Amino acid sequence: MDSIMSADFLAAVIAGAIMASMPLLFAALGETISEQAGVLNLGLEGMMLAGGYAGFVLAYWSGSSWVGLLAAILAGIAVSLLMVVFSVRMGRDQIVVGIAILFAMQGLTSLLHQVQFGESYPRLGEAAMLSIPGLRDIPVLGILFNQPAVVYIGVALIIIVGWIFLKTNFGLNIRAAGWKPVALDNAGVDVIKIRTIAVLVTGALAGLGGGYMAVVTAGIFVPFMTHGQGFIAIVIAMLARGRSTWVLIGSLLFGTALSIADGLQLVGIEVSTDIVNMLPFVFVLLALVLFGRQSYLPAALCIPFERGKR
Amino acid sequence: MGGRGRETAPAKPDAATLVADECTQDLVAIELCDITKVFPGVRANDCVTFSVRKGEVHCLLGENGAGKSTLMNVLAGIYMPEEGRIRVGGSEVCIACPRDSIDLGIGMVHQHSSLIPNFTVLENLLLGQGKGVRLSVTEATQGLSRLSDLLGVEVDPSTVVSQLSLGQQQQVEIIKALWQGSKVLVLDEPTSMLTPKGIEDLEQVLVRLKGEGLAVVFITHKLHEAFTIGDRVSVLRQGRLVGTIEPDTMRASTPRQLQQMVVNLMFPGEAESLANVAELQDLSDVVGSGCVGRLGEPLLELEDVTVAAERGEVGIGEKLSLTLHAGEVLGIAGVDGNGQRPLAEAIAGQRRVSGGDIRLAGKSIRKLSIGARQRLGLRYVTDDRLGEGIVGRLSVAVNMVSKSIGSPPFWTRGRTHPERIEANAKTLVDEYHIMTPSVETQAGSLSGGNIQKVVLARELSFGPKVVVFNKPTYGLDVKTTTAVRSRIRQLADGGKSGALVISTDLEELLALSDRVAVLSRGRLMGIVSNKPGAEQEIGALMIGGTHVD
Repeated sequence: MDSIMSADFLAAVIAGAIMASMPLLFAALGETISEQAGVLNLGLEGMMLAGGYAGFVLAYWSGSSWVGLLAAILAGIAVSLLMVVFSVRMGRDQIVVGIAILFAMQGLTSLLHQVQFGESYPRLGEAAMLSIPGLRDIPVLGILFNQPAVVYIGVALIIIVGWIFLKTNFGLNIRAAGWKPVALDNAGVDVIKIRTIAVLVTGALAGLGGGYMAVVTAGIFVPFMTHGQGFIAIVIAMLARGRSTWVLIGSLLFGTALSIADGLQLVGIEVSTDIVNMLPFVFVLLALVLFGRQSYLPAALCIPFERGKR
Repeated sequence: MGGRGRETAPAKPDAATLVADECTQDLVAIELCDITKVFPGVRANDCVTFSVRKGEVHCLLGENGAGKSTLMNVLAGIYMPEEGRIRVGGSEVCIACPRDSIDLGIGMVHQHSSLIPNFTVLENLLLGQGKGVRLSVTEATQGLSRLSDLLGVEVDPSTVVSQLSLGQQQQVEIIKALWQGSKVLVLDEPTSMLTPKGIEDLEQVLVRLKGEGLAVVFITHKLHEAFTIGDRVSVLRQGRLVGTIEPDTMRASTPRQLQQMVVNLMFPGEAESLANVAELQDLSDVVGSGCVGRLGEPLLELEDVTVAAERGEVGIGEKLSLTLHAGEVLGIAGVDGNGQRPLAEAIAGQRRVSGGDIRLAGKSIRKLSIGARQRLGLRYVTDDRLGEGIVGRLSVAVNMVSKSIGSPPFWTRGRTHPERIEANAKTLVDEYHIMTPSVETQAGSLSGGNIQKVVLARELSFGPKVVVFNKPTYGLDVKTTTAVRSRIRQLADGGKSGALVISTDLEELLALSDRVAVLSRGRLMGIVSNKPGAEQEIGALMIGGTHVD
């Protein structure tokens, strides 16, 4: 266990990377959909917190992680309704509404948690695992095939969303709503409806991401537990430019940065936790400096749509 | 007809007339009755009745803001009219959204492109067409080849739209409008960005479509186009339909008579502007015969200039040299996006030249800032009048001095003199006939034509030596266009200054310039003296032919 290159260390880093990257993956995938539809959703982290809290409470009461994750999805959708009503329907500034949602959810989830559990932090049981016989016994990489079931859902979603963007009418409508909503409207498609669906899906995915964090990764809910991960997800979505495979790659990279801390502790290298917690954000800065110039955002991002407005 | 009626059914002499009536009724594709559309403070359409028949091109003329586009947007389902009825094929319909309009077989090519530049041709065509989940690529490809055969054009479905020329983009827009078997095609100012060749192609396409029994509404600013393309012409003024010239009259009149009729309808009681419009038509001959010989000393000299391209545009890739003389209007012709903007901005100082030298009255200005060039008498009238021409939120008065902020007489020792700024603005508003409620009105709330006049007033005051005009009359109506063109001509005719006019409108350049330079793909193809026959020569240079000087 002394060597950084030992099989155990590598397996731990990989497992940790997957664990840490899943919330990012769900949230960034959601943000990708809403950004492509022309809605910048800065309330993403608020939706994650809502999902985390609702997921934890329902999983705690029911004893089932699946019930918890379902609740997380519904909570995310409920919060994204605010975005739908104020930004998509009423045309209010997306940035302001997004920030308001973030602060509201930080406050609300902390308050509810405090009222229900006071100073105690109950823990949940292990989430359902899905391991694939045979493959899971491969050294080091076997860890890929012994994961919570939701992980496989996440990977499947990456493929499905990629297919939707490229091959379906709905995907084409979403991209048109983000690039040139007037053209979409002229073609006889309801832009508001498309953006509404996109934002609700974003809410569902962000909620799932937050729920995963609380129910599967941590088994606990702590106020403010997302620690800026919603914003990292926004960066991933911006850099991915609407391509879901890049969401997967970006999430894994940032997930690795998040999990390196655990790996270092495992091999007995002690680094100040403050420094370790900074790592992902240093990563964000680096990524923006290196690739930020190429993040072509949809032309109509952040611009409310109203028919016939001159 | 009556004779045959008597032979077969002598008892019903009315039958034939009845049938004839029904036929005319059948021929009407759409009918807009008493349409009224009100925007805050404006009656954009006031009880307008308008119809178009099958197999007919109906041209709609009018000044900027006369309500042409509003009327068509009512038809497209973009605006809901306050009053009025719409009949399609004889039965009354309600058009509440664009979908309704499309389902009724109304295809629209809007004034501003409806294509998404980073989508492929096929993706643009598929937008909104889909039934079911998956994109029906095979069907669409077939549909595209059928329609491109009909129009006689060739389009590669997998090309990204931004890589097509404007003419090709427009063909795609027409295909898109016809995609769902449209019965009515509306074209809103389709020729403003096209080359003469592109306009000819469009005319061909319209003739074919007419043959197919399509009804076409054609909106334009250019009178001669309306007369060549249109079967019927209607004129809108201040939201009202002021007159229609029927096909019989169209056939029986000369273009000049038609022009008089239309101008009378558009600007009743304005003899002065009528004279100007007529004058402009002749100006090209005058210019062509007289001016070339008497060029003054060189004012602006470009020597081996190259300008690097910014993202996605064409720069000045090949060394470009030209000279503008005092008393001269030098036109720059070319399809939009062939290096005009980089050239104009390099002269104005808004971007660096990557090679070569620019001299103003013999002095190199290559390294001077924008401000320094302005003080030497170099002015630039941008084509982006809303974006960089004015500050929309500031008053007309402030916009008139916005290029001399901090300098006397409007500012002295850091102090503003509002009364001087206001007085200056009032003089210019009168001189340039700018229609504005007051000089304190926000410049952005004026119409496009008046904004352009504000920009001109600012740039032409204080006796400039050289003025670069980038698309000075783009999107302006006949009257404002005439006013702007006379200003440009006046500037040069003074004999002390010169004007460089960049335009995509060849007619404009022929009407204004002493010489016309042709830009293509960032290359100077040649310079042609404006003499009879210059048009063919320029046309050939624009599509890349070689120039024999």
